[in-house]
Amino acid sequence: MADMELTGAEIVVRCLRDEGIKHVFGYPGGAVLNIYDEIYKQTAFEHILVRHEQAAVHAADAYARATGQVGVAIVTSGPGATNAVTGIATAYMDSIPMVVISGQVPTAAIGQDAFQEVDTVGITRPCVKHNFLVKDVRDLASTIKKAFFIAATGRPGPVLVDVPKDITQHSCVYEYPKSVSMRSYNPTSKGHAGQIKKAVQMLLEAKRPMIYTGGGVVLGNAAPQVTELVRLLGSPATSTLMGLGGYPAPDPLFLGMLGMHGTIEANMAMQHCDVLLAVGARFDDRVIGNPKHFAKEARRIIHIDVDPSSISKRVRVDVPIVGEVAQVVEEMLKQLKASKEQPDQTALKAWWTQIELWRAQDCMKYDHTSAKIKPQYVIEKLYEVTGGQAYVTSDVGQHQMWAAQYYPFDQPRRWINSGGLGTMGFGLPAAMGVQMAFPDAQVACVTGEGSIQMNIQELSTCKEWKLPIKVILLNNGYLGMVRQWQEFFYEERYAESYMTSLPDFVKLAEAYGHVGIIVEKPEDVEPALRDAFGKYKDRLVFINFLTDPRENVFPMIPAGKGLSEMILV
Amino acid sequence: MRHIISLLMENESGALSRVAGLFSARGYNIESLTVAPTEDATLSRMTIVTRGSEDVIEQITKQLNKLIDVVKVQDLSDGSHIERELMLVKVRASGDLREEMKRMADIFRGRIIDVTDKTYTVELTGPGSKLDAFLQAIDPAAILETVRTGASGIGRGDRIMKI
Repeated sequence: MADMELTGAEIVVRCLRDEGIKHVFGYPGGAVLNIYDEIYKQTAFEHILVRHEQAAVHAADAYARATGQVGVAIVTSGPGATNAVTGIATAYMDSIPMVVISGQVPTAAIGQDAFQEVDTVGITRPCVKHNFLVKDVRDLASTIKKAFFIAATGRPGPVLVDVPKDITQHSCVYEYPKSVSMRSYNPTSKGHAGQIKKAVQMLLEAKRPMIYTGGGVVLGNAAPQVTELVRLLGSPATSTLMGLGGYPAPDPLFLGMLGMHGTIEANMAMQHCDVLLAVGARFDDRVIGNPKHFAKEARRIIHIDVDPSSISKRVRVDVPIVGEVAQVVEEMLKQLKASKEQPDQTALKAWWTQIELWRAQDCMKYDHTSAKIKPQYVIEKLYEVTGGQAYVTSDVGQHQMWAAQYYPFDQPRRWINSGGLGTMGFGLPAAMGVQMAFPDAQVACVTGEGSIQMNIQELSTCKEWKLPIKVILLNNGYLGMVRQWQEFFYEERYAESYMTSLPDFVKLAEAYGHVGIIVEKPEDVEPALRDAFGKYKDRLVFINFLTDPRENVFPMIPAGKGLSEMILV
Repeated sequence: MRHIISLLMENESGALSRVAGLFSARGYNIESLTVAPTEDATLSRMTIVTRGSEDVIEQITKQLNKLIDVVKVQDLSDGSHIERELMLVKVRASGDLREEMKRMADIFRGRIIDVTDKTYTVELTGPGSKLDAFLQAIDPAAILETVRTGASGIGRGDRIMKI
């Protein structure tokens, strides 16, 4: 038996099985028919048929974000692959481990402008961690193994394997490699001992420390270590949009999210600290604003990141530490505990007094007396009704920021959104990925009427799989974030940001076989949510909240401005 | 600042496009790029001449290292090194020019590798500045065609890049 030959299609399926994959998201087509024929015959994993390839990739991506395992999607050649590109780029920007298997025209037809041919490896090159074109069936298993290895290690990311149709027909002896060794790819895992020592000393001497955590803390499973470090130092902490849940948000040491829509206290503490520890974060433009403005304040910066190219890219740092964040922070904890020195409590007290003054400005307040539904209120009620335990996916825009601001995540991998690429249409397929991974969990997709229409066809997939997702539509009739920028920066010329002729979302939900609810008054918000998570617990419920169309996201730092140049309510 | 960066990479199809794509996607400039397999046919050696501030060069080397196919990266400009470029120049070689071109080729230690009634093809090797100097030294109207390889570089003395 050991020497029995398998076809390429059988090998693809066996590799996925041997990799321990339980769920694959995809869409069949000519070039992958052989693979689908083998999927039909097997029971090791479930294949979830989506309604558009973009959704397959987003679902696989969110599956990875929620579980920490590598997500898998299969698409066909040509349009299958191009439809997948937005999903791949989304995963790449947020460093999500994922393997995408794409069909390709037969090797002999490559370059002939064959039917459904596109240079998938070429098109995806700038938005994958790596990609492969398999030209020999004997390389197929080892290539797939490498793909999983590369996707999951170092700074994670999507890896694409392009498989020509004839390769799926050819056969060879199957052997799935147990391990991978690549001379060209050896990500650093352990941080430099000398640098770690320097960092610990710097933190002990800090008078105004600040800890800023990013998506790397979530992806690197370093939340427990980082939480312990913050508490040990008594330091204030903040998270980026991608890092939310990396430190428990309800904790008093947490100052809220930082950045363009961050809190006053977080942004001001970033600007006025004397030692800044950045963990798994990359100082991007939505986080620190203008790097020149950021650099005006003197502070020493320690930066821990698994990717050396993230260090000193936008901001010069004093102590760079390349390594896996969990390992590095663990080592810092060890040294801190062993040290005879203590943080300067007097200085720390003065620092906190200052921070509390910023916090007292209560920058997240909003009008609770309005007769209109305030979107912030919907999110607060969602938090209450779900006991803060839901997986919350979102699309992109104002609703995304409100979800990030008003749902205080107390654990990692619960907040699932497209931070880097900012992909509208991510939320619903992402919720599918999460719900497939955790069938019994509460999963809410916070969305807008613009975003939800970018992948609304997936309501059909949700019906097929009976996914009890709750779609929380904050419907203000506008592409809200565009409208907000037009109000602030374009003298209220609302160019193409208002949508007329929106569908009747209740009927639409019902047409797909789900429960639709419309909510027009603040007092109906909570009962509707209670129904969704109670009475209709096992159904997909689509709640259309008609919210105040004039509401804006505050605070806001205009693009290109500095962290202390916030616009408040 | 001009930098000359050397790299060893897996001799895989598409490897060159990963490097070229990286430079264009991130807005780095490439002055020249040469690539060929090494004595180990599974490896290619590439020399890239680029310009940028220290910060940019640091990012370029980090980003190159991040490419999965890249095995080793070295900024040759960090230490003493040798660089050479090959140029082939086709020049007019009729009448008075015939003797003149022969003499110039000799002065620059070039070799005439192809001859017709009316033309010479001169092969010239050296640092880029020497090739520039040759082109400036001869009558511009006599230059019919030039082709240059771009610089190849190697460290001096014990400075070795190998895996």
